[in-house]
Amino acid sequence: MRYAAQRLAQAIPVFFATTFLIYAMVFALPGDPILALAGDKPVPEQVLAVMRARYHLDEPLLVQYGHYMLGVFRGDLGETFTGQPVSELLQDRWAVTAQLALTAWIFELVVGIGLGVLAGLRRGGAADTAVLAGTTFVIAVPVFVVGYTAQIVLGLNLGLFPTAGTDEGWPGSYLLPGMVLGSFGLAYVARLTRTSLVENLRADYVRTATAKGLSRRRVVGLHALRNSLIPVVTYLGVDFGNLMAGAVVTEGIFNLPGIGQQVFQSIQLQEGPVVVGVVTLLVMIFILANLAVDLLYGVLDPRIRRARA
Amino acid sequence: MRVTRSRAAALAVAAIMLSGGCGGGSSSDGGGGDKAANAFSVALTEPDHLTPGNTSSSYSLTVLDALFDTPVAIDPATGKPQMRAAESVTSTDQKVWTIKIKPGRKFSNGEPVTAQSFADSWNATAYGPNGWTNNYYFDKIEGYDELNPESGEPSTDKLSGLKVVDDTTLEVTLTAPFSQFPITLAWIAFAPMPKAAFDDLKAYDQAPIGNGPFVLDGAWEHDKQIKVKRSPTYTGERAAKADEVTFKIYASRDTAYTDLRAGRVDLQLTIPPASAPEAKNLLGDRFVATAGGTMDYLGFPVYDKRFANPDLRKAFSMAIDRQAIVDAVYNGTFKPMASLLAPLVPGYRENACGEACTYDPAKAKALFDQAGGFSGTLNLWFSNADPSYEQWMTAIANQLKQNLGIADIKFRKIPASDYLSTLRAHKQDGPYRNNWVMDYPSPQNYLESMWGEGNRMGWENKEFLDLIHQANTAPTFDESLPLYQKAEDIALAEMPMIPLWNWQDQIGYSNRLSGVNVTPYSANLDAISVKQG
Repeated sequence: MRYAAQRLAQAIPVFFATTFLIYAMVFALPGDPILALAGDKPVPEQVLAVMRARYHLDEPLLVQYGHYMLGVFRGDLGETFTGQPVSELLQDRWAVTAQLALTAWIFELVVGIGLGVLAGLRRGGAADTAVLAGTTFVIAVPVFVVGYTAQIVLGLNLGLFPTAGTDEGWPGSYLLPGMVLGSFGLAYVARLTRTSLVENLRADYVRTATAKGLSRRRVVGLHALRNSLIPVVTYLGVDFGNLMAGAVVTEGIFNLPGIGQQVFQSIQLQEGPVVVGVVTLLVMIFILANLAVDLLYGVLDPRIRRARA
Repeated sequence: MRVTRSRAAALAVAAIMLSGGCGGGSSSDGGGGDKAANAFSVALTEPDHLTPGNTSSSYSLTVLDALFDTPVAIDPATGKPQMRAAESVTSTDQKVWTIKIKPGRKFSNGEPVTAQSFADSWNATAYGPNGWTNNYYFDKIEGYDELNPESGEPSTDKLSGLKVVDDTTLEVTLTAPFSQFPITLAWIAFAPMPKAAFDDLKAYDQAPIGNGPFVLDGAWEHDKQIKVKRSPTYTGERAAKADEVTFKIYASRDTAYTDLRAGRVDLQLTIPPASAPEAKNLLGDRFVATAGGTMDYLGFPVYDKRFANPDLRKAFSMAIDRQAIVDAVYNGTFKPMASLLAPLVPGYRENACGEACTYDPAKAKALFDQAGGFSGTLNLWFSNADPSYEQWMTAIANQLKQNLGIADIKFRKIPASDYLSTLRAHKQDGPYRNNWVMDYPSPQNYLESMWGEGNRMGWENKEFLDLIHQANTAPTFDESLPLYQKAEDIALAEMPMIPLWNWQDQIGYSNRLSGVNVTPYSANLDAISVKQG
């Protein structure tokens, strides 16, 4: 557990460095966000001054960042230019993205490992060839092409899924976007599982296990697969963070009001506090996901656990 | 021991991840799928605010138009004011205006709508420290400067030009005679607000209480939906036919259009131009295109001596094939313009510009050479707010190259957030995209705002300003129009800014709806009925 605490402590400098970096980057964007809000209409100087003061835009970067951080420690993440509290906004949107990412992740995990095992056990067979060809195709096609095609064909023409929005809640509204978002990772999971399994099936300890007279199911399931999953788990852990961050395109196509959509809009509007809030959240998720992966290593492979102790 | 501990930790982390994912989200209540009820849904983009004084975005206006009655409305047939919450708006000298309020009207919380409700709302909007978007609409009313001092806090929060005579009479004193005043009262910023609003303006912005045909039904669910239902207290002319309307919020127009095709949303006010031909096929007469008040122009930095010659500017105008660009970039959905005003504005003349806006490459080249031509780099300025801007600017560059022989053309694409401050600071050293979204259908709104004092082109013409002033002080709206037209003629003859095209809105709706009558001024949601069965 000391190891876990250490990993969490490492997160503190990462937290400050990332938030400051993001803040500085948003700050460095050209233009005046308040003026931009008004579009082509005139804005009286007084109104401009009021708005700039409200969002501390009239102060230097470090002071702005200081204001923001003081707020964060008081549990106040600031507010958007339309006056909505950022914490409230993230709360609503975080749930949408988490549901989407989780759907995609489960899809990757179950279908990806399933296909990988299938291909790995029947190496060179028809199933193997089909999985290899299919995954190559998915990796090659950009997400938005897969997304729009799935939306039009499966959603609109066949009516199997809702075309957009969150009306039907989880899982209904999240199945199609989840599969689209997860398709890329799924291809990697399937290929990793397959390769790793093929290698392990040739390893000495598998031969030993078979020689001991264990059933094929036990040999594959308990011995070969367990070891084969180490690289897969590494990938799945990191990928959960990726999914959270990579939801921008998918959320856009399927009109899911999640974090990805928010980041996109907030960068356009130069809303520093919102962007920093979201990115901080994503950094935390990455750190936690990596931590989870490290801990899982120990479960899958006793040697790693003992080496650490 | 160690084994079980790390196993437990792994499980705990997994459990947290799972519960974090599922915990927040299963609060779905079916959204806009009430097919059986007398209800319909409208595709919308997330509004910025729902306080009438604090928004000018078209999405907010769609909602606020359903929630509020402004003093005046605009007759879509003539573009002239017709009374709504007001009974009459009159003046003898165009400077002091008397607004009579229709008696006996109520806000949806039961509070009576009085002259005071209007005065309160206008004062709050004009009060500088509130920082509301529509603040400048009140700059013609006496006392505006005291509420918006150059520096420091204002000494008062009431416009001295507003006098509540009695419950139904409001007297407004302007700083100068202004013949267009009644039509400006159709703008949402002139809607009334109840006393209840001023206890907590922030809360009001999330849950406005209005005097219109609909009333908010439940909380504004940001980025998801806004539900409204028929107002129980409404006694005006716009009594709603439907029981409920759900505004479903979309981040992209394309997705909204897909949902319209899938029958998941009933009315879309903004079909993307790229989908217009398909929508026409698919929806038949449930696809409607209406001319809007928005215009695109190409402005010149007249303060730069290379662009000082009006003949050169005219040559540019004649070298541009507006129809070809509109066809290529906007699928023919926008309308090429030979006038500075949009077609729906009273006083609009179809071909006010004449030869100078007619595509004629040979004459353009002759005029161009005669005016001394152009040497050096021609910079074309626009913002990155929409990819179509770059498309039509590229087309214009090609036409200028081909028809006038300008070889060295460069693009200056500016981030949208920086574009207007660039124009304001006169940093543009070449032709630039200029756009005007109409506030109210009056020639004054276009001409004075865009060609008047302190304009972006640096163009100065005393005769033009005199005519605008005469028109503003004309005794009636009708008498002001010929004066505005004379001013327009001067602006066209000098051509500091070229008219390009007028925007059109593409509207589509499902076969469940009837009575759809969307105008540039209102979506008229109250008039829409839902077919039963």
